[in-house]
Amino acid sequence: MITIDKNTLLSDLQEKFGAAIQKVEEPYGLLTFTTTKDQLLSILTFLNESDVYRFRFLTDLCGVHYADEKQLAVVYHLHSMESNFRMRIKVFIPESNPRIPTVCKLYKSANWQERETFDFYGIIFEGHPNLKRILNVDDMVAFPMRKEHPLEDPNRIDKNDSYFGR
Amino acid sequence: MAHIQLGDDSLEKETTTLNLGPTHPATHGVFQNVLEMDGERIVSAESTIGYIHRAFEKIAEHRPYYQITPLTDRMNYCSSPINNFGWHMTVEKLLNVQTPKRVDYMRVIVMELARISDHLICNGILGVDTGAFTGFLYLMQERENIYEIYEEICGARLTTNFGRVGGFERDFNEKSIAKIKKFLKDFPTIMKSFESLFNRNRIFIDRTKDVGPISAEDALNFGFTGPCLRAAGVDYDLRATSPYSSYEEFDFEVPVGTIGDTYDRFMVRNEEIWQSLRIIEQALAKMEKEPAGIFHADVPEFYLPPKADVYNNMEALIYHFKIVMGEVEIPKGEVYHAVEGGNGELGFYLISDGGRSPFRLHFRRPCFIIYQAFTEMVKGQLLSDAIVTMSSLNVIAGELDA
Repeated sequence: MITIDKNTLLSDLQEKFGAAIQKVEEPYGLLTFTTTKDQLLSILTFLNESDVYRFRFLTDLCGVHYADEKQLAVVYHLHSMESNFRMRIKVFIPESNPRIPTVCKLYKSANWQERETFDFYGIIFEGHPNLKRILNVDDMVAFPMRKEHPLEDPNRIDKNDSYFGR
Repeated sequence: MAHIQLGDDSLEKETTTLNLGPTHPATHGVFQNVLEMDGERIVSAESTIGYIHRAFEKIAEHRPYYQITPLTDRMNYCSSPINNFGWHMTVEKLLNVQTPKRVDYMRVIVMELARISDHLICNGILGVDTGAFTGFLYLMQERENIYEIYEEICGARLTTNFGRVGGFERDFNEKSIAKIKKFLKDFPTIMKSFESLFNRNRIFIDRTKDVGPISAEDALNFGFTGPCLRAAGVDYDLRATSPYSSYEEFDFEVPVGTIGDTYDRFMVRNEEIWQSLRIIEQALAKMEKEPAGIFHADVPEFYLPPKADVYNNMEALIYHFKIVMGEVEIPKGEVYHAVEGGNGELGFYLISDGGRSPFRLHFRRPCFIIYQAFTEMVKGQLLSDAIVTMSSLNVIAGELDA
């Protein structure tokens, strides 16, 4: 069993990718950092192919919409099973140009998760083999998980949710 | 729908296009697969999902934390208590709430019962799909007994809405403990007769051995977790690798298979049922050693006070009002918490901005991730094998589509 030391992993990453490793933090014990979309693929390839770290399991991939900052984010949860070490990588992309490279070639499990993220947030994963809607109907025009879409019909007048702090 | 490509329909074409689903008696749920067939063999397949998508992630962004629990039990409705407790534990992690040991043991008992009922359904139905109806009938009665235990504890059967953030809404009563003990006593006999019907049954082995196999490497790359991954030979079980709810105190084994075919998945699930029984016995013994009457953490700012206190006690009234109206202080932060669900790693990724409902909540649903490998697994197999493979993956439509 290999153990991964957080600090060596971080210094390794910083040495290799320098300024691309930003905002390193550890909320609730999970190593988290932000990176840029240009460096994403090379960082993931390094983590996946490295014999020391072996992050070969993509636990989760999802999108987040930060409406106030006019930004979208894609969040990757990686897991190195041999050493049971998890980490989170966030990539912020502007709402006006929501494009990010696909990671399907590294992790086959990313295929549907990227389609789901595209379906809900309109994030275009460049190089994805089959990027189309997965859970919503094909002729839907909106990306419904974006914050500008209200949950209920905005024309209803018989309900006032503001009383309940919503 | 635009998904379905019926290919060229010229008479010279040598393959047949077959539309399996969305509603088909052999698929147990709303799954559509368009298969390209060469005689009885599948050349290629494409699946369409989303038929029962209910936008839980969007709804969750508009609901206070305690109202999200009923959304979670509509995901994997064969083992809804695991989903409920997984969600509660995520919120407890965010709020830094420590649950008492007795609550942990109570949760373990219910979660293992849920795992048993989940596996019972899967293996029972697998028998039906291969033409053996008897075993299914044996097991259905036992599932009914498990549901009666749920009913005794929380009042509901299928979509349980079990517990609260911080613990349970009420203690286990004597009747429920007696029912659990009766289940522990009676169930092994039924399970043994089920196993003796299937495990070394020539017809069953012929139908399942080498059907829909997946190598360990492929399974990991496809994001498999749970029994399907363990059947491929990887001993990854969250209860053992990153224990939650005091699982580290229990003595149990993680069964693994070898080649990840349908038979291995069946056997892994059977063995897990026996291990779950072991855990329940230990948990029950441990629970009885703990001081009685504790069934929730002492966190009045998050745990709803009993109704009688609300009417007679000023403090309880204030807390009641604050919790219901969402005036409770919730820290900002990001949490990922995962539990071992019936089908694998059930994760909750929660971003809180301090408001009364989550800023973002993402469910990592094991079925959704496992099912994308289905089209790869059935390539070159017979149509009847595809049905059996899907059955053994235990894809639950509610969890697939969220």
